[in-house]
Amino acid sequence: MEAFVKHTGLVYPLNRSNIDTDQIIPKQFLKRIERKGFGKFLFYNWRYDDDGNLREDFSLNYPEYDNASIMVAGENFGCGSSREHAPWAIQDYGFRVVIAPSFADIFYSNCFKNGILPVPLAEEEVQQIIEHAEKEQYHITVDLESQEVYAEDGWSASFEISEYHKNMLLNGWDEISVTLTYEDAITAFEQNKA
Amino acid sequence: MSQPKTIIEKIWDKHVVHQEEGKPDLLYIDLHLVHEVTSPQAFEGLRMAGRSVRRPELTFATMDHNVPTIHRNVIKDAISKKQMETLKENCEDFGVSLADIHHPDQGIVHVIGPELGLTQPGKTIVCGDSHTSTHGAFGALAFGIGTSEVEHVLSTQTLWQAPPKTLQVKVNGNLRTGVTAKDLILAIIAKFGVRFGTGYVMEYTGEAIRNLSMEERMTICNMSIEAGARAGLISPDEKTVDFVEGRRHAPEGEDFERAKEEWLALATDEGATYDSTVEINADEIEPQVSWGTNPSQCVPVSATVPDPEEVEEDADGVRRALEYMGLKPNQSIESIELQHVFIGSCTNSRVADLRKAASIIEGRKVHEGIRAMVVPGSFTVKKEAEEEGLDKIFTDAGFEWRSAGCSMCLGMNDDIVPPGEHCASTSNRNFEGRQGNGARTHLVSPEMAAAAAIEGHFVDVRKYDQLVKG
Ligand code: SF4
Repeated sequence: MEAFVKHTGLVYPLNRSNIDTDQIIPKQFLKRIERKGFGKFLFYNWRYDDDGNLREDFSLNYPEYDNASIMVAGENFGCGSSREHAPWAIQDYGFRVVIAPSFADIFYSNCFKNGILPVPLAEEEVQQIIEHAEKEQYHITVDLESQEVYAEDGWSASFEISEYHKNMLLNGWDEISVTLTYEDAITAFEQNKA
Repeated sequence: MSQPKTIIEKIWDKHVVHQEEGKPDLLYIDLHLVHEVTSPQAFEGLRMAGRSVRRPELTFATMDHNVPTIHRNVIKDAISKKQMETLKENCEDFGVSLADIHHPDQGIVHVIGPELGLTQPGKTIVCGDSHTSTHGAFGALAFGIGTSEVEHVLSTQTLWQAPPKTLQVKVNGNLRTGVTAKDLILAIIAKFGVRFGTGYVMEYTGEAIRNLSMEERMTICNMSIEAGARAGLISPDEKTVDFVEGRRHAPEGEDFERAKEEWLALATDEGATYDSTVEINADEIEPQVSWGTNPSQCVPVSATVPDPEEVEEDADGVRRALEYMGLKPNQSIESIELQHVFIGSCTNSRVADLRKAASIIEGRKVHEGIRAMVVPGSFTVKKEAEEEGLDKIFTDAGFEWRSAGCSMCLGMNDDIVPPGEHCASTSNRNFEGRQGNGARTHLVSPEMAAAAAIEGHFVDVRKYDQLVKG
């Protein structure tokens, strides 16, 4: 997995709460058996009209957010279905960071398997970024090492993350390889149980 | 005496393989359920890394999301077909047992686990599906995982998990006649919101919960995820034990007696404390109908749709939901015109659910202009229902009687609600586009769905007198 240390990028503000994974990637795209190529279906029903044309009135389609790599949204981001196709689509579209006041549990842990950093910030801090990014193009930096988010204008905030998740992203670890170093413990547990 | 513990802590402690400072616990998984949609990339990952499935005998697969519910052999969509074939190949290659589309055990993964006796108290159960919480009804710690975690469990039979915070959902008093487990869980989510369970494992307690049947408990635990909780469970009691006894994968004879004792001992100890508790009074709850685009947006059937100008929070969200649903502020729930009725999904597709819906339908006709269908949760449910003659009651009334699968719960197969049309659905999610692009879903109980099918709009099912209890 790709490591994540520090990232500077353009903010895409999506000021909605409870964005569920059915919206992030609708069910018709879950039939694919690959891990790649989901980016073009991100927010499909919001981005495209019934005839499959891009909707000009949905903000992700605005030219000023082309090349955005940090999504900032409302609370309870990623709720609903456990589909990992949601982070796959977000990552494949070009996002490396999602910032929100809170995340759904399954979505949150799915992010770490895919090199995406989910950053929980206070509601007011999220609103500050959204307001700024809705007015003009806004670049911010997310530093995992120091657990900080900041901008050139001096704005900054800090966030929480567990040591485990932090190390996993900083090092780009493959979790299964790590777990397999505990194989003896797993075997002992199984023998004990039997 | 040792410190009183909740069932959540008891199950957790029995499954910790490894514990160290600065890391989550390495938790052992007793049962891994697999379906066609969230597993292909996991098996592919194993293949690429040259890994195997560590415990194929603890892994069980079925096909449910994509399967056609009319003609089993006609899968028009080539990509769906490919996904099902891929599961078959993967199960063969890795030695995992599979109830495929023609197998007598086939069904929605959360319906067949309990049916086959795979689901047992005290187990840790995972599946690449958020409604895995259903199995918590048995006093199992059951939760949904992503595809990378599916791969991790296939390969190691474990997961790294931080010990969860515990949340008690205490339901006082008893449900009134005609008010169901579905109404109870919808009312809980309406009251406390779609994320009060985030970061927690919930335990449902109280008199009303003890009085629910196992099927009703499954309906409750199923929707824990709609409150944000990855897992929700209910301490086992005699009802739990009776349900499991005699099922194919249940222990037998002396083993069963031993297991029974262990299971009953898992129940939360008197005096155990939770990190948080919420309470609700069951006798205040009325039959519920959702009006919006998340499961907390629901009200009693006698109520009206909210007015964004008057709500205390998230006026924008309410406005957007009303626009999507094509509803006017202050419109009565009974005045919403319906075009579809769907009875099915892992929330409400067991024989007990179908019996209750049939009791309302019997001798009546589906209202003109309504397309109504019943999709049993499993092949076994279908067979049992047919033996009881339930299929006849439904088809005589004008319902379509289908084969088992997820079907119109998420419309991955051909069963979809067209744009702009309203559906009374016994499923669990009313998200935008869930049942089809532009579809407008209203979550209800099987009894309420049945009554709506007859009337063409929502009515309080309590006006019918043949309600079946329990
Ligand atoms: S019935 Fe619906 S909610 Fe249940 S597993 Fe199938 S798609 Fe998911």
